[in-house]
Amino acid sequence: MPLVYSMIKIENLKKHFGSKHILNGVNLEIKDGEVTTIIGGSGTGKSTLIKCIIRLLEPDGGKIIVDGQDITHLNNEFELAKLRKNFGYLFQEGALFDSLTVGENVTFGLKYLTDTPKSDYAKIAREKLALVGLKNIENLRPSELSGGMKKRVSLARVLATNPKVILYDEPTSGLDPIMSEIISQLILDLKHKLGVTSVVITHDMKSAFEISDTLAMLYEGKMQLVASKEEFRRTQNPYVKQFIAGSAIGPIQMKISD
Amino acid sequence: MFKKFGKFLIYFFTQFGLATEMIKDSVFWFFKSKLEISQTLQQILKIGVESVPVILMTGLFVGMVLALQAGNTMQNILSEPLYIGLLVGFSLVRELGPVLTAFVIAGRAGAAVTAEIGTMRVTEQIDALSTLGTNPIRYLVIPRLIAFMVSIPILTLFSDIMGIFGGYVVSVEALGVPSHTYISDITTYLGIDDLMHGLIKAISFAFAIGVICCYKGLNTRNGAEGVGKSTTGAVVISMVIILVIDYFLTAILHAFGV
Repeated sequence: MPLVYSMIKIENLKKHFGSKHILNGVNLEIKDGEVTTIIGGSGTGKSTLIKCIIRLLEPDGGKIIVDGQDITHLNNEFELAKLRKNFGYLFQEGALFDSLTVGENVTFGLKYLTDTPKSDYAKIAREKLALVGLKNIENLRPSELSGGMKKRVSLARVLATNPKVILYDEPTSGLDPIMSEIISQLILDLKHKLGVTSVVITHDMKSAFEISDTLAMLYEGKMQLVASKEEFRRTQNPYVKQFIAGSAIGPIQMKISD
Repeated sequence: MFKKFGKFLIYFFTQFGLATEMIKDSVFWFFKSKLEISQTLQQILKIGVESVPVILMTGLFVGMVLALQAGNTMQNILSEPLYIGLLVGFSLVRELGPVLTAFVIAGRAGAAVTAEIGTMRVTEQIDALSTLGTNPIRYLVIPRLIAFMVSIPILTLFSDIMGIFGGYVVSVEALGVPSHTYISDITTYLGIDDLMHGLIKAISFAFAIGVICCYKGLNTRNGAEGVGKSTTGAVVISMVIILVIDYFLTAILHAFGV
């Protein structure tokens, strides 16, 4: 078995908001150059988990080790900026800056995270937008774009700084099936060509099985199962089985009220 | 009853503490990072330059009504419209100029700042700033604080000048005060210390509005409804705080003979 370096190691991670315990002892290892997909119902804390990894949130307990460095309670802004240099984060709704043009959005991180000269910005914007299948929209405002385009522009913004690790918060939600497929292919491309490590949150099981090296299912603040996709297909774990099948009947009871 | 009051006190001091922390961070980043010059200029344009017409109008009419009221009162008591210039000048420069300008800017620009930052918060744009290597204090708060603190004193001066002019028109045209009397009232009695008194107030109000509106925006929760709530809150709190600061500053400045 080849020795794969673990890029991110999460040990017994805990996070609560008020009296609500969202993460209750999560353990997960994310291997370098692999695609790890986290699945789980809405509101189970998937976004909370990846926000802890990039330290938009501070965990209440446990440990997160990124590339050998313990970042659990890193609070120095300069150290955090160094950490974030290696990361890209694709937000669920894109989170494009309304006040800037598409081109300015794509190149926003270059100013703060890299030493790229300003004269290269236009070229980089064009290149990265082409990667996500967009052309000649640099001067538009985000409000003039469709939901799917916003998401792709946002992905171009993530790619602009050439991150080593990309965290995707539901990259295919709100996209048509063809665009979803293109994004899935892009995630795989980044892995094969550039060796990017990816952590993907998704509900889209088709995409999950297509892109993942490792799948992890989060339920009630803990990982139900962390395994390869073959094992996920074969598993007898009732929670995982119900979720993959998308069945309303099973041990997972969605809270409809509340 | 006591429980409610206690809860309110805890809430109040928590908010006060967090806002103080934001001020501390702003000072830190002001010295530790390069100023976002284009952002700052844009905000001066939005907060200051675009407010000029409304400030000129309010200044003019406040001066006019002051002259009219003072004239009528003096006419009743002393059977002659005496000291109109003195009354208009003093009340405008020391009190009404700064307070009314601050009120108008809180309603016009403060609300816009809270709504914009609040919307950025609920659409994850604030988090996006952090993942792209900068932070909301550096990119949003400092430029706005500076814009408020530059704009409001200058607008106050505009308002003072327009008010004195409005008072002049009413005194001379409607009350029959000789024009040289009005002018000599102002030039004889109104000194540089009165102007300083007004400007110190204007800068203090500007700082308060900036802190309150940015803080309320950054701490917005719960979507569109939350943005509305923060915005209303920011304007109301700004107005109350302006009057509270006004009283204490007047007392302090008076004690120092300004």
